[in-house]
Amino acid sequence: MSQVQPAIAAPVPLAAEAPRRRRFLGADLTTHVILLLGVVLFAMPIWIVLMGSTHDAATIGRGEVPLLPGSEGWNNYATAWSEGNTRRASVPVSTMMFNSAVMALLITVGKLAISITSAYAVAFFSFPGRMLCFWAIFITLMLPVEVRIFPTFQVVSDLGMVNTYQGLIIPLIASATATLLFRQFFLTIPDELVEAAKMDGAGPMRFFKDIVLPLSATNIAALFVILFVYGWNQYLWPLLVTTSTDVETIVIGIVKMLGAEADTEWNIVMATTVLALLPPVAVVILMQRWFVKGLTETEK
Amino acid sequence: MRRKVIFGNKLLPYLLLAPQLIVTAIFFFWPAAEAIRYSFLRQDAFGISVMFVGLENFQDLFADERYLQVVWNTIWFSFWVTVLSMGVALLLAVLADRHIRGRNTYRTLLIWPYAIAPAIAAVLYIFLFHPSLGLLGRALNGFGVPWDYRLNGDQAMLVVILAAAWKQVSYNFLFFLAGLQSIPKSVLEAAAIDGASPSRRFWTVIFPLLSPTTFFLLVINITSAVFDTFGIIDALTGGGPGNATQTMIYRAYVDGRVNLDLGSSAAQSVVLMIAVMALTLVQFRFIERRVHY
Repeated sequence: MSQVQPAIAAPVPLAAEAPRRRRFLGADLTTHVILLLGVVLFAMPIWIVLMGSTHDAATIGRGEVPLLPGSEGWNNYATAWSEGNTRRASVPVSTMMFNSAVMALLITVGKLAISITSAYAVAFFSFPGRMLCFWAIFITLMLPVEVRIFPTFQVVSDLGMVNTYQGLIIPLIASATATLLFRQFFLTIPDELVEAAKMDGAGPMRFFKDIVLPLSATNIAALFVILFVYGWNQYLWPLLVTTSTDVETIVIGIVKMLGAEADTEWNIVMATTVLALLPPVAVVILMQRWFVKGLTETEK
Repeated sequence: MRRKVIFGNKLLPYLLLAPQLIVTAIFFFWPAAEAIRYSFLRQDAFGISVMFVGLENFQDLFADERYLQVVWNTIWFSFWVTVLSMGVALLLAVLADRHIRGRNTYRTLLIWPYAIAPAIAAVLYIFLFHPSLGLLGRALNGFGVPWDYRLNGDQAMLVVILAAAWKQVSYNFLFFLAGLQSIPKSVLEAAAIDGASPSRRFWTVIFPLLSPTTFFLLVINITSAVFDTFGIIDALTGGGPGNATQTMIYRAYVDGRVNLDLGSSAAQSVVLMIAVMALTLVQFRFIERRVHY
């Protein structure tokens, strides 16, 4: 039966395909229209901000909502980059971008580094307390910073880490998700490979460096995108542990610029918004292939 | 789940685990334990003496009508964010899964909003809905609809729901698309040959086969709407007007960081921890069940 089936099944879809093509020409058009509407739904807010960032403050303030480029673009971006909000003492956007980049990159690298080593320990060694360690990491999924706002701040402040990069970064680098993903992947590495390496005299660190790391490249790339976006977009945590402008990130900086409405330079806010969007959006688009694979495989 | 071939080192695994475990202990378990401890304590107004008050913080919390309002806000907000973002994402994913020209371009143009921070999404929505600066806000006022989300609580809730849902669509879209692509084409062809119309094929074949993805997204969306939207609310409305858009996270932040009411903030943290645990358990029961498929 299994031999006959393909022979019958093959021509049928083809026969069904031909009339369907004609019948659904209209449906194809509808599909395009709805998808384009979806694209516009996402692009519209960005377009408004992008165009607004090339006009002067008065135009925006009057509520004209320009939808075409103006002539002030260069000025606005230059002002934002080197001075920030000129009407109030504020941090230049370049400083904020630098802080955000440091935070996002160090969180990403930190999470990747400590997760891959702990997953390696759990997957390739047998030692007392192995499952306890695994569960201790796993259970942090249930304790996001949002549910322990005040006590975590207290701990950071007791350690003297308020307003420091360490305070911004270290508490965020534990990652149950990344550890789970790496462990899951390590379990698929065949025993024979480990045996062969052992027979060739490779120790655990050698095996890690020469076999496990190169094999994990795709997973690392995928997690890099997810974690970079996570790090760059942090809001509540920096708000809790930074009060000084020296370590202000750009996401916090924009919301602070909004402050008192009457006093807001909207064109600068818009230029800053565009600058804040750029790095994470670029990472997602440029590394799309790994990101899509990583996201749909990590979380399941 | 255990490998047969393993390394025999005694000390090395502990060294490899140490960084993660130390960070976890100091910044996760210690604060969580502190939250639980504080939730049974009360400080006097000057912060000099602390006394044990049992469950009084919790009793006060749930006797406070404003807190019940905040709980209701959270439920209402999460419900609509989840329904809207999943509905739109499913529609777009079904269409983008069809064999049409430019499907990869559509995919790229629909997933990039994943990269936008909640607080930045809020800023974008200010330029849409601000009564005098925003494109739509101005238009509404021009048409004679009195629109000002800074004064009207219902309008404020609407704007934060729209911004949060907008931000969440691309995530859901990716998962729905992956789910759709894993449905065997032969099943769909069989239904087509049997003469099922496209909408019938969707509701009787595709939708049931997507149910694992849908259920997974449901839990993730509720979780992220409850816990991950602080930035949107803080930047758009600051919980206002009044406390119309205050959610449980926002309130815990205000009480802990601004009002310095430690007992109450800690009790709220404990309530939130129980909520996350409940959501995680639901998710795990489901994953366990799915293993048997």
